[in-house]
Amino acid sequence: MTQAAADAQAPATAARIGVITFPGTLDDVDAARAVRYAGAESVALWHADEDLAGVDAVVVPGGFSYGDYLRAGAIAAQAPIMRAVIDAARRGLPVLGICNGFQILCEAGLLPGALVRNAGLRFICRDQWLRVENTDSVWTSRFEPGAEILVPMKNAEGRYVAADAVLDELEAEGRVLFRYVGDGPAQGNPNGALRDIAGICSADGRVAGLMPHPEHAIDALTGPTDDGLGLFVSVQDWIGTAWTGAGTHA
Amino acid sequence: MPDITDHSVGSAHHDKVAHPTAADLLDITDPIGAVDLVDQGPELDTVTRAAATPDVPQPFRELGLKDDEYLRIKEILGRRPTDAELAMYSVMWSEHCSYKSSKVHLAYFGTTTTEKMRSKMLAGIGENAGVIDIGDGWAVTFKIESHNHPSYVEPYQGAATGVGGIVRDILAMGARPVAVMDQLRFGPADAADSQRVVPGIVAGVSGYGNSLGLPNIGGEVIFDPSYAGNPLVNAACIGVLRSADLHTAHASGTGNKVILYGSRTGLDGIGGVSVLASETFAGEGGPAGQGGQGGARKKLPSVQVGDPFAEKVLIECTLEVFAAGLVVGIQDLGGAGLSCATSELASAGSGGMHVVLDAVPLRADVMTPAEILSSESQERMCAVVTPDKVEDFLAVCGKWEVQADVIGEVTDSGRLIIDFHGETVVDVPPRTVAHEGPVYERPVQRPDWQDALQANTSGTLTRPAPEQLGELIRRMIASPNLCSRSWVTDQYDRYVRGNTVLAQPADAGIIRVTENDSDTRVPERGLAMATDCNGRYTLLDPYAGAQLALAEAYRNVVTTGAAPAGVTNCLNFGSPEDPAVMWQFSQAVRGLADGCAQLGIPVTGGNVSLYNQTAGANILPTPVVGVLGVIDDVRRRTITGIGQDTGETLLLLGDTRDEFDGSEWASVVHGHMGGFPPTVDLAAEKLLGDVLIAGSRDGMISAAHDLSEGGLAQALVEMCLSGQTGARILLPENLDPFVMLFSESTARVVVAVPRTEELRFTEMCTVRRQPWMRIGVVDAGDASADGTPDEQALDIQGIARLSLVELRNAWEGTLPAVFG
Repeated sequence: MTQAAADAQAPATAARIGVITFPGTLDDVDAARAVRYAGAESVALWHADEDLAGVDAVVVPGGFSYGDYLRAGAIAAQAPIMRAVIDAARRGLPVLGICNGFQILCEAGLLPGALVRNAGLRFICRDQWLRVENTDSVWTSRFEPGAEILVPMKNAEGRYVAADAVLDELEAEGRVLFRYVGDGPAQGNPNGALRDIAGICSADGRVAGLMPHPEHAIDALTGPTDDGLGLFVSVQDWIGTAWTGAGTHA
Repeated sequence: MPDITDHSVGSAHHDKVAHPTAADLLDITDPIGAVDLVDQGPELDTVTRAAATPDVPQPFRELGLKDDEYLRIKEILGRRPTDAELAMYSVMWSEHCSYKSSKVHLAYFGTTTTEKMRSKMLAGIGENAGVIDIGDGWAVTFKIESHNHPSYVEPYQGAATGVGGIVRDILAMGARPVAVMDQLRFGPADAADSQRVVPGIVAGVSGYGNSLGLPNIGGEVIFDPSYAGNPLVNAACIGVLRSADLHTAHASGTGNKVILYGSRTGLDGIGGVSVLASETFAGEGGPAGQGGQGGARKKLPSVQVGDPFAEKVLIECTLEVFAAGLVVGIQDLGGAGLSCATSELASAGSGGMHVVLDAVPLRADVMTPAEILSSESQERMCAVVTPDKVEDFLAVCGKWEVQADVIGEVTDSGRLIIDFHGETVVDVPPRTVAHEGPVYERPVQRPDWQDALQANTSGTLTRPAPEQLGELIRRMIASPNLCSRSWVTDQYDRYVRGNTVLAQPADAGIIRVTENDSDTRVPERGLAMATDCNGRYTLLDPYAGAQLALAEAYRNVVTTGAAPAGVTNCLNFGSPEDPAVMWQFSQAVRGLADGCAQLGIPVTGGNVSLYNQTAGANILPTPVVGVLGVIDDVRRRTITGIGQDTGETLLLLGDTRDEFDGSEWASVVHGHMGGFPPTVDLAAEKLLGDVLIAGSRDGMISAAHDLSEGGLAQALVEMCLSGQTGARILLPENLDPFVMLFSESTARVVVAVPRTEELRFTEMCTVRRQPWMRIGVVDAGDASADGTPDEQALDIQGIARLSLVELRNAWEGTLPAVFG
């Protein structure tokens, strides 16, 4: 077991983190595993349900929801479960969108901007260096400021774009969570994302989205590192301290 | 292929082998071109009508049936077949479905499989895929299948539906598909058409496979002129199941319901069957246009179009009905569509089935029974369910929003009866369709050019001087067949589901099966798989070539520390009507079967693809061999990259001989092709395997890489680049450095062992009589005066010092330069 995972055994009452499955979701088993590795209890949520089963946080995992035959994430953003997620997020429930999940959160209006086709017009699967730009958010508090982490990225539509004014606001408010870095072979900005942005968060730092896959980097056996565990451990710290707050347990 | 063989093969074939005939092109999973559909007109060709009109001319030749085959169908039925029956027989008796040319040779696999080899097999040849028991109640099923012709016609969809088909085969065994691999062979990388075929096929595998959520853990990418007009797209899938949950295609139990679920049935992938309507209509003697619709034509591509999202939900839906115990028997719909599924289910069960075609949900309005039965619309499955479970089955399909309809039921009539619009259009003994097709003893003749080919050895070729070897290494690692495949593999998701322990460019892919995510100290079992084939070796000697493919796949698996447990194959050859091709085929089958018997691992299944030829020139004989292995603790797997431990010694295991016939060096530098392939020594491969498995189990090996095309030089470069660490190599002075670096002798592996384990490991090798040789050390580079570390390099002392930066640029630059 990784050190991070061992640390995470701490809370007496394990946090309950929901993982949504839409038809076409692919990385839900990975996200659930990451939640468990981080010491929390993973709760399966189904796209057609309208109830979040009282979870303390929600992960919207990667894949191709409904085949992504419209815009990536556009159909999933309208699913019954997402109505519940949007309401809860507005009340402060921590939400993490990974890859297709990030696209869904943008389509649902929980995060600004959009994700478009990669500059190279190809699907890219590779290990990617990221710099953690903000360690105050609910999902990144366990990282050292400026830490550089190596996690897989894999997508065809991962190029983050937004209006300059939006980008300036994100930068000013420290809402850029992760940036593509690295100058080694096949490193740096992989897809032409504006300002090298790989992930962002909401103003209250509770709703976060990123294109790379921290849930695939939880054990050096099956991923490049276990750097990704940091996100799943961080949110439990917040849940632990905010155990009675945020109104998500009503 | 280099000129010399182009000439010998070409001249030998032009007079003997015609272009593919209409019959060949109707090979049902390999449809070619577009088809015209003509409405059948008012009258339905029922059994009654067939009996009443015995002399109506039928287009059986256009459908690929020989005259005697047509007569046999009439004998079986005691009347002429209806359109629908003719469609069923013609597709099920096609080369692809009936294996009519290969059957007599494939039987040899059975006769060479001993009881001991069979002991771990839960299902074998004849099932959708072979199944092997891997212990603790777990079983694995794996298979490779070809989708060659469609991928040339329509690269993206051809490759995509190839992946979809093999995944459904695995699913139909009751297994969860856990990984895919793809074996791709193209014409020359710099050929103009490669710009269409290569990116299209890779994008098809990527687009479909990635959307299914199955990690791609390896495969092959090979360029050779013989594949220019006939690329090979083979797709492999591995599935995992509890032994108790094994499902096979059978329809026992009179009264059980037959449920068709998944996508609706459309006009795609109908191949040549649609000539029926027009021909029969004309046969009626009526003028075209009679009934006001006879002349109406619709055009559709006969290459199927895939919908990976539909396949993904089909997978989850199917696994859920398995888990809930709602299924008696199941069959995927692939080649020959419903014709295949209904006749195979029926013949494997109580022997009878009654189907009502009106219940089949359609995508197109005017479809004839023949078209419905022959449609190859993708993402469909057929299940047999007891009446009391039907409601629950439909409920699960409803949850996944998968279309499902009861289309018939199992009977004890011994007949497959199919109705349409209240009339019977098919009434046949199902076995005669599915299993009692024609069997051919095709002429087999060793080609007259074989001797000339073997006589033309590489012995006369000019060899490089020692000072030219450094430059030769740079040139070889950048050649299309030796350079990095990451341009291809970086388009595949290798991470999804989180169980991928090894993937390309490792020697073999490894996928974790049993997971303990609460305590990783508990051993986690994994599956390793590698596939290989060198078509040039196989052309030089088909028997040895097939064994060399087996040997390399075996070596790739053991190099990761896994123990080989089973073998599958995908036999891609030219025209069976060419006696030389049938000789190559029969030799390859015998070589593979004998080799498996010697290694003690069973062939659990396989696939045959014939008629791979362009303008009378056949492809290189390409028997792709897949070896599947089991590793008891995935954390013990051996990786390719050096530099994991400080102070590693590099050892070369196995004997190096002067073997350059059919080698990459002969091909790249001299465009030469001839002689005899490297010596096959399966006893040496087995010994080497035992040593590597023991070394991995006991933690004596920190890295290992198999030697194959490109020899030692290629292996060393890849070990350095993969580990991002340099090495210092000192070749024995009494040996020719060119032979040491580039010979393709088999049964060789380079291992890196920590200094602390070196003595223990080499003593084990000596005791087991495993040849070994110390060839160098891992060298991370010392910090120089100013504290900055030296540039990492592969330093072959007295030959060349190659920086890892220049090696990486040479190795990784080739495919992006060609394909962008």
